[in-house]
Amino acid sequence: MTSALVVFAYLGIVLYIGAFAFRSRASGAEDFFLAGRSLGPVVFLLSLFGSNMTAFSILGASGHAFANGIVTYGLMASSSALIIPVCLLVIGTRLWSLGKRHGFITPVQMFRDRWECGHIGTVIFTLQTVLLVPYIIIAVIGGGTTLRAVSNGAVPFWLGGAIVSIVVMTYVFAGGMRGTAWVNAFQTVLFLLFGAVAVSVVAVGMGGFSSAMEGLFEVPATATLLTRERVSPLYFFSYTFIPLSSIAFPHIAIFCLTAKRLAHFKKTIVFYPICMLLIWLPSVFLGVVSNSATTVPAIRAKLDARAALSAGGPTLPAQERDRLRAQSSGDDVILRLVEGFAPPLLAALLAAAVMAAVMASDSQILALSTMFTEDVFAYYGGLKRYGDAAQVQTGRLFVIGLTLVAYLIALRVPQSIFDLATQYSFAGYAAMSPLLVAALFWRGSTKWGALASTLWIAGAVALVAWVQTVVPTPPTGTIVPVFGVGGMNVVTRATTGAMVFGMLPVVPMTLISAFLMIAVSALTPAARPRQATLARYFA
Amino acid sequence: MKIVVSTFTVLALFLLHQDVWFWRQARPLVFGFLPIGLFYHAAFTLVTAGAMALLVRLLWPAGLDTEGPPDR
Repeated sequence: MTSALVVFAYLGIVLYIGAFAFRSRASGAEDFFLAGRSLGPVVFLLSLFGSNMTAFSILGASGHAFANGIVTYGLMASSSALIIPVCLLVIGTRLWSLGKRHGFITPVQMFRDRWECGHIGTVIFTLQTVLLVPYIIIAVIGGGTTLRAVSNGAVPFWLGGAIVSIVVMTYVFAGGMRGTAWVNAFQTVLFLLFGAVAVSVVAVGMGGFSSAMEGLFEVPATATLLTRERVSPLYFFSYTFIPLSSIAFPHIAIFCLTAKRLAHFKKTIVFYPICMLLIWLPSVFLGVVSNSATTVPAIRAKLDARAALSAGGPTLPAQERDRLRAQSSGDDVILRLVEGFAPPLLAALLAAAVMAAVMASDSQILALSTMFTEDVFAYYGGLKRYGDAAQVQTGRLFVIGLTLVAYLIALRVPQSIFDLATQYSFAGYAAMSPLLVAALFWRGSTKWGALASTLWIAGAVALVAWVQTVVPTPPTGTIVPVFGVGGMNVVTRATTGAMVFGMLPVVPMTLISAFLMIAVSALTPAARPRQATLARYFA
Repeated sequence: MKIVVSTFTVLALFLLHQDVWFWRQARPLVFGFLPIGLFYHAAFTLVTAGAMALLVRLLWPAGLDTEGPPDR
């Protein structure tokens, strides 16, 4: 119960920081949505990094490592440590400059201006919004999972998810970007500290990690968790496309506009990999080590469920398989591990740090509100007709409605945090990265190329969702053919989701998106913007 | 030249990330508990931070810096 009290106290602190502590006296959309483009280097680094690390980074990473082993770090962390900073250097700095010079607040404003288009921008906005929903779902799942775990079930999953969603929306609506950035900075410090403290505490509790590792070596089923043989090199390669999503996420693109000076990007680019290391290495390592923490009853139950799942295999009824899969899910394993080995007060503080990562959905909520008010309400004349107050209120109603949809889906969703994020949000946004590159670096790109690319991504994500709905989740290690040509499997269904030629769908999605942008733009040279427009982008 | 060095650095890091050489190997355990595959990628992440410092020096878009007010 101590943990629950500390976590609720933490929620109160976050609410205070976000809603009241850093309120600005200035008014206007730029101040509310972009903190007046005034963030200093430290807050910019911490808040940008924090907004990229959601429940995915601690709960999702440890849960995935619990089931799949050390490969989790290479799949997401080290690839992101390379690709995200490069994207910030090459693309983020240009976004900042264009935003500063032309007053853009959202990516769609920039696309509309760059390609001289109107409704195509609305199509892009719609896709961006739909693809952000899985991210909101992750936050709900993370909130529900954490509060249920720290209260030993006293706070049910549905209530935990609702509490976190309401707290986040409250301070985002009250504090805007300034409040969100400061909360993110505070939370990032907390969850960066979490890793080192949690590793130390668990190491002491387990009597060192060496014996735990040797224990994992002795059992063939767990020995493979210490290598990467559970996935193929091709599958591993396909994951390197996922971090391309980062710069295409509207909340990250919008965050790029908040820096006071271009030079603030320098520290963010250099320290980003180190921050990744500090948060992901402990999460992945502790997720793997959890497999030997058999003295912790909750983890024992997960391991038993996994063993039953493995022994039963395809002979198990689908319902029983789903039940065992849910029971063996590792999304809360790091909380259980800390709870099992740390003194109650320390475990409670560590749970609050996990909550810090879970609540990083605030920037997505703010981005959605910003996008709706700027890209739809203001663009279609609502601002002129109904005024500032109506603009803000409709933006809030839009976010509340969308969060409600995400909440209802989260209550029914059978997937893990990690798989949900990679299959939909990350894949879709990675495939949108060619739009950003074309807008910023290719004079010949046109609005029709952008539309073709956007429609393709929407169709591809829908196809992935359809495959995963129609084809039941197979037992672990089993691949179900879905579509083939000449005896070769093209689309398959694995436990983690749909695959194309043994790779994540993000690979064909991104490559075809880039191809369509190039081909359709080349076929529609008459749609190129005027020279005056191009001159603003390619001086 | 700066572009060439930068491109080579990023490509080299990308190739180093696709390390098949520790694929099925867990030992040695670095510091007695860290599987070699995980240690490799942790070290890779640190090297990446150094490479980013280099890229910032080589590719910094100083021309984009502006202190002027928005034009609309």
